[in-house]
Amino acid sequence: MAAYWLGCRYSMQQVAGDRRQLHSMPRYYGYYVALWTALPAVFLLLLWRFLDQGLIVSMVAAELPDIIRNLPVAELHLYLNDVLNLAKGNITSADVDATMQAAADHFKHLQALSDMSLLASLIGMVVAGAALALRQINPEFRSRPRVETLVRWMLAISASIAILTTLGIVLSVLFEAIRFFQMVPVADFLFGLHWSPQVAMREDQVGASGAFGFVPLLAGTMLVALIAMTVAVPIGLMSAIYLAEFAGAHLRTWAKPLLEILAGIPTVVYGFFAALVVAPLLRDGGSMIGLDVSSESALAAGLVMGIMIIPFVSSLSDDVINAVPQAMRDGSYALGATRAETILRVIVPAALPGIVGGILLAVSRAIGETMIVVMAAGLTANLTANPLESVTTITVQIVTLLVGDQEFDSTKTLAAFALGLALFIVTLLLNVLALHVVKRYREEYE
Amino acid sequence: MFAVEIKTEQASPTQIDTLPERTLGKPLLDKKVSMHCREVDVFYGDKQAIFDVSLDIGKNEVLAMIGPSGCGKSTFLRCLNRMNDTINSCKITGSIRLDGEDIYDPKVDIELLRARVGMVFQKPNPFPKSVYENVAYGPRIHGLTRDKIELDEIVKNSLMRAGLWKEVKDRLDDVGTGLSGGQQQRLCIARAIAINPEVILMDEPCSALDPIATAIVEELIDELRQRYTIVIVTHSMQQAARVSQRTAYFHLGKLVEVDKTDRLFTNPSHGLTEAYITGRFG
Repeated sequence: MAAYWLGCRYSMQQVAGDRRQLHSMPRYYGYYVALWTALPAVFLLLLWRFLDQGLIVSMVAAELPDIIRNLPVAELHLYLNDVLNLAKGNITSADVDATMQAAADHFKHLQALSDMSLLASLIGMVVAGAALALRQINPEFRSRPRVETLVRWMLAISASIAILTTLGIVLSVLFEAIRFFQMVPVADFLFGLHWSPQVAMREDQVGASGAFGFVPLLAGTMLVALIAMTVAVPIGLMSAIYLAEFAGAHLRTWAKPLLEILAGIPTVVYGFFAALVVAPLLRDGGSMIGLDVSSESALAAGLVMGIMIIPFVSSLSDDVINAVPQAMRDGSYALGATRAETILRVIVPAALPGIVGGILLAVSRAIGETMIVVMAAGLTANLTANPLESVTTITVQIVTLLVGDQEFDSTKTLAAFALGLALFIVTLLLNVLALHVVKRYREEYE
Repeated sequence: MFAVEIKTEQASPTQIDTLPERTLGKPLLDKKVSMHCREVDVFYGDKQAIFDVSLDIGKNEVLAMIGPSGCGKSTFLRCLNRMNDTINSCKITGSIRLDGEDIYDPKVDIELLRARVGMVFQKPNPFPKSVYENVAYGPRIHGLTRDKIELDEIVKNSLMRAGLWKEVKDRLDDVGTGLSGGQQQRLCIARAIAINPEVILMDEPCSALDPIATAIVEELIDELRQRYTIVIVTHSMQQAARVSQRTAYFHLGKLVEVDKTDRLFTNPSHGLTEAYITGRFG
């Protein structure tokens, strides 16, 4: 702030208050100085914080007596951890002795030193940055392009953070999945018909077959998604047509956001709605007409999920239906078509690629959905096409694999990564397909 | 409506008198009338767009409507097949009769009316379907055919009459929007004549076309006159002179003058008409 003000003032002073002589507006000189003041200091802070802990710890380790230094790496780490905890006033796992106390004191000392020097260099950096930037200011100095370049870089960095994070997640899932596939053959995973991820920890353990067949999970996922789509597509499409073609502007302005709220309800709420209201209702209704409905059924989960994704279908369809040019409607009406004929024969076909795109996005949402199926669809991996039975899905299994205490490198845990990878690939394909379809639609009228 | 040509503003002519009390020339015909329009007023909300227009449209004639942008000629055209009904704030008074039947009578079936009074728009608007489906659309929704053979026949005849058959006979399954602009517009004309209307309304049908395509469409209009009554709105006075038998000049929502085309262009009765056709404004 101060730097901004300083930059403005200084640039104005240079031309004795006549801003026309400046190359850029005074505020750009201000931004320039401010950026040069803040950015190097921020980078220094981040870098310092990133490095100093490791540096200090290794310095402390170097000071430790030889006996401790010659410990195996794992134990040394444990010991150093204790030192850190002691220094920070936390609970230590081992008993505190004099060496440890000394090391902790040493650590504290170094830490304080580091903090002091950080502060000093930060101030130095701020002053240096500001001074450097101020020095550059003169009436011919082109501060506006400079500032814009800096801003562009900042934007680019922000954008790349998201991309890099995605990439990192994909890679980590990929590598863990590869580790899993070293233990379980890919073919067994892809084509196995049994899923029971209990791995024997001891030789004599019972009920631990350790079968990692992906097919029942995929079938369950598809079944639930299918039920969801049979609910969501007709309702979503019809409400979209109603909103786009029949509803008045007034109704539209409040009905559309209201419908979109459906997508904003937390899925956990849908989940217990499915488990506590819909599922018992289905079971009781089923027993009344002599059907044996499991109390956790694909149907219950699918129905509720369908309700949840209605807005995905309706909102996107509504947009593409609105994007169909009025000229199409006029052309149809001018041929004596009724509204229904126009909608069915001209508007929906013209908007169809966009609608399909919306539906595909909804499908990938349905496949990735977790909470509803965890609560309402069940955990047993049945390979069935009967919606009244309980099924399980990929997402549910990932949750059950990772809930509770787990070894981090057991086959069971790694299976979650393989499932995640499979899920990711399926939804990615659907998304690519959806984007492709939507893109083709855009070329339609041009 | 989008005016296509760029206009250079000129000083408004000084000798132009005010709008006449009643339409000059010969707005009403004695015989062979297809559409009677009497005392038509059109309002968009509170704003009046058409003032007291009375006009007859003769059978098998091409009536051109000219006038500066915003003069209401397109609005008036859209009243003739009730396309203005799609605009909520639009209100129409007076009477418009097609073969003696009031088209604004509440008992009138608006879809059947539009089947009898077809329309071709300023910008070609074929449906994003195949060429065949574009033409077959009208006959299909009105159930004009018994079987596929009959439908094929209608599609072929319509395309032939629109002068498009030779160009598209091998690509009937191609998407209509993939044709050139002029072909698209002729496809729209074929689509309109496939349901055999009595009147065809054309709203600046050539303003989005190049001169060659325009010439083809103009020739087509002349041929279509044998079977249909055509009302064409145009910004091109040459076009009006070339294709029409009668011309109506609109100004600020009023019908200033209607007459035989050659008389209107050679000997206009009103100063405004003269100023417009000699290019002093508009």
